[in-house]
Amino acid sequence: MTACGTRNIGPPLINLVRLKGVPILRQLHLEERLLRTSLDNWCIINDGTDDPTVVMGISGKPVELLEIDSVIRDEIPVIRRFTGGGTVIVDNGTIFVTFICNKDAVPGLQSYPRPIMSWSSLVYRKVFQGIGEFSLRENDYVLGNHKFGGNAQSIIKNRWVHHTSFLWDYEISNMGYLKLPKRAPEYRQARSHLEFMCRMKDYIPRSNFISRTIDAVGSHFLVRSMELEAIMYNSGTKFKPSSRLLRKQELEEAKFDSQTSIAVSQSLQM
Amino acid sequence: MASKLWASRAASYFRISIFHRGFATVIKDFKYADTHEWVKVDGSSATVGITDHAQDHLGDVVYVELPEVGTAVTQGGSFGAVESVKATSDINSPISGKVVEVNKELNNSPGLVNASPYENGWIIKVEIGNSEEVKSLMDSDQYSKFCEEEDAKH
Repeated sequence: MTACGTRNIGPPLINLVRLKGVPILRQLHLEERLLRTSLDNWCIINDGTDDPTVVMGISGKPVELLEIDSVIRDEIPVIRRFTGGGTVIVDNGTIFVTFICNKDAVPGLQSYPRPIMSWSSLVYRKVFQGIGEFSLRENDYVLGNHKFGGNAQSIIKNRWVHHTSFLWDYEISNMGYLKLPKRAPEYRQARSHLEFMCRMKDYIPRSNFISRTIDAVGSHFLVRSMELEAIMYNSGTKFKPSSRLLRKQELEEAKFDSQTSIAVSQSLQM
Repeated sequence: MASKLWASRAASYFRISIFHRGFATVIKDFKYADTHEWVKVDGSSATVGITDHAQDHLGDVVYVELPEVGTAVTQGGSFGAVESVKATSDINSPISGKVVEVNKELNNSPGLVNASPYENGWIIKVEIGNSEEVKSLMDSDQYSKFCEEEDAKH
């Protein structure tokens, strides 16, 4: 109730921040800081990042998920992010869309993984209406049965973040840095990366996807555009993000531990 | 009917309340936070985990981020996380104190949180800092009602 005694009705406010080419680690740090220290709702769209970068989920083990020799040889940065989920390789062909919301922002939405995932698919269903056969399949966004967007979340006491890396385009050679994951959705059916995924550019122009996404967000929220500079670095907030770049030494140690373990296992079998 | 009667008697023996309407289980003597963690108090020590309601809503747990032994925890503050369905979800401590033991079994078997949320899926043991804080937690009946109301709202 306001001071005048009238009820405040209407959709909740969301701050829209549009970025272009921001490094993914910087984006992740911003997201985690807004999740943990802000009281507002946010939608962040980063149109491409800079150099190809591997991004693993919080529990990701490099030796299981990556072709470590190639990653080390080609000096591909590897990040462990603060959210759950799987491994992606992102570059300037990736479009990132992130929602950071208060748990009561969406009426009737319980802040657990599956309801949030389901709600997000309603937003993108609208984006792809008339464009492609969009659906949410075992927590992936697919067109037909091809994955084009990877999702991950972090849920805290009163807020949650749901972020997606969309494959508008990708380099085939970059997929070679990723192993086939042990934990894969059933619908993947052991397909290789290239057979499993599709490029969004085959369905929709880049700027169209972004504008349609903003429109879809506008059907759930009152959207207020905000510049990045307006929210950067409040010196009064001491917050240390957990997403980090793995050191080359860590990757080499992981590789060594794995080779040692294989050698021991083989010698025991002799 | 016979199996339901057996289940009720077994439940009574083990002091577990089973709600046949498909609601999650609670343990009678435990205390509960509104963020769905439980605490079993034993003198100046306590064991903490997440509830059956929480594990059911979270889905299959694939990873548990445990704190270091010796870490200070505060009531309502996060001390770790579980990963399920592509999400990390904070675990918040129902009481303040110091972590004296963590359940290392969860490193190899995170699914214990789903299979046995009140026993083998315990997460940390705490040396209680302020025993008065327990009074602010819900008992099993209050927590069950809280879960019903929360689910009904959504």
